[in-house]
Amino acid sequence: MAEGHESPPRGDARAARAAELAARDSYGRLLARLAVRTRDIESAEDALADAFAAALQQWPLAGVPDNPEGWLVHVAKRRLTDSARHRAVRATVEPALVVEEELARSSRRETIEDDRLAMLFLCAHPAIDPAVRAPLMLQLVLGLDAARIAGAFLVAPASMSQRLVRAKQRLRETGLCFDHLDADESDSRLRDVLEAIYAAYGTGWDEAEGAESSVGGLRQEALWLARLVCQAREHSGEARGLLALLLSCESRQPARRNAAGEYVPLERQNPEDWDRQLYLEAEAVLASAATRITTPLPGRFQLEAAIQSVHTRRAVVGTTDWVTIVQLYLGLMQVAPSVGAAVAHAAALSRAYGPRAGLDALHGIPSQAIASYQPYWAVLAHVQQALDLPEAVASRERAIGLTTSAAIRAYLQGRP
Amino acid sequence: MKFAIIVYETAADFAKRNDPEQAPAYWGAYAAYSKALTEAGIARGGAGLLPPSTAVTLRLRGDKRTVQDGPFAETKEMLGGIFLIEVPDQATALEWAARCPSATTGSVEVRAELPPIPQG
Repeated sequence: MAEGHESPPRGDARAARAAELAARDSYGRLLARLAVRTRDIESAEDALADAFAAALQQWPLAGVPDNPEGWLVHVAKRRLTDSARHRAVRATVEPALVVEEELARSSRRETIEDDRLAMLFLCAHPAIDPAVRAPLMLQLVLGLDAARIAGAFLVAPASMSQRLVRAKQRLRETGLCFDHLDADESDSRLRDVLEAIYAAYGTGWDEAEGAESSVGGLRQEALWLARLVCQAREHSGEARGLLALLLSCESRQPARRNAAGEYVPLERQNPEDWDRQLYLEAEAVLASAATRITTPLPGRFQLEAAIQSVHTRRAVVGTTDWVTIVQLYLGLMQVAPSVGAAVAHAAALSRAYGPRAGLDALHGIPSQAIASYQPYWAVLAHVQQALDLPEAVASRERAIGLTTSAAIRAYLQGRP
Repeated sequence: MKFAIIVYETAADFAKRNDPEQAPAYWGAYAAYSKALTEAGIARGGAGLLPPSTAVTLRLRGDKRTVQDGPFAETKEMLGGIFLIEVPDQATALEWAARCPSATTGSVEVRAELPPIPQG
């Protein structure tokens, strides 16, 4: 295995991270293929576990092998000793591993279709609790362990493992449906897949607010899944919308903190600090989605990506077109109503038409929806202050009490 | 279900309490958190505690009694206070624990209340 390694320079965290993602990429591909062939996810996971652990350990140091999947299959076969734990696994998975090894040797890997999409669709099966779909995808397609996923989703590790095990049992009981979906079913399942990927990205976003994590939570993983779906479903405007949205958000990452580590809200970010390569890619992806809209209203992710695109345009024209943003949020509230969209719409209204318009919109949001919703109180405090209302103080205090981010807490406390 | 949100703070956190520059933000953050718990209707009590240096620890073992100045054991993170909350489940308790200021500096421990002790 020594030849053909691309050794990353020592201490290069980015290269190590890329090698880790390559290991996850190969693992997900292989697991999906084995699971589709053997119809037994848990045995396939079990068979690959040792090999994958070895890859996670070795690749970031030694580099990614030329034939990553061949490497994994080779190690997996060697490690499948005849222990009691492995006897059953061997019986189901070994024949598939042999086939894999043949394929890997013949190096005609591109002829094999990608089963990971089938796996993603399976994870979004209607029989699976929506809350566990994203964690399941992260585990089955990227091999993340339950503890890491639990941290990102702010769940106790024991509860997360239990939920994942239960979800896999559920898949087994219902009989694996890797089968073909009809067009309607496929569309609604795709929406669920995209929602789950977005949820995974959201945890990475929240995590980055709190922790000083240089790897950025699960954002890279989510972005990677979005690319995967986009490649496999290139006709889907929504898949492109999601990818464009995530790329836009990602492009702002370097600008969200100043040199002192303090929080910088989007409107005060210097567009020079945005990652140009990422937002240009976002623009290109979104533009290609626009030509694929078949329904009268664009979907949720295309609208959200379009909103981000308007913000991005500030890099060129120097100002933000808030009137357009208000319109886009109105559309978003129509296709995918949520308290987040309502609050963001109110914030945009106050920019476009003055704080009074924003305040009226905020007052129109049902009170039970916003009791613990931090952004509502932050926006409310902002417009109340702009109107010189004394209630601003209490609203800001509520926003401070509800944030999980030290930087946002300090930002809100620092305001007069 | 009732849960204790147990606040563990670092020495630097405790020092903020009396630092003229940092005290307002420190107390402001806990006041805001405490108020948010009340406004959400889940606050069921609790107490902030003076720093561990003010503690006295005692042990009675047979006829041997020891009384010691300071906490039971010196650790990197020390008990700073407790919030009691009532929420439907552990997941919600964890959501609230994440909002506790010490989550980003020290740590927060979440524990469910013991069920009633069986009577005789």
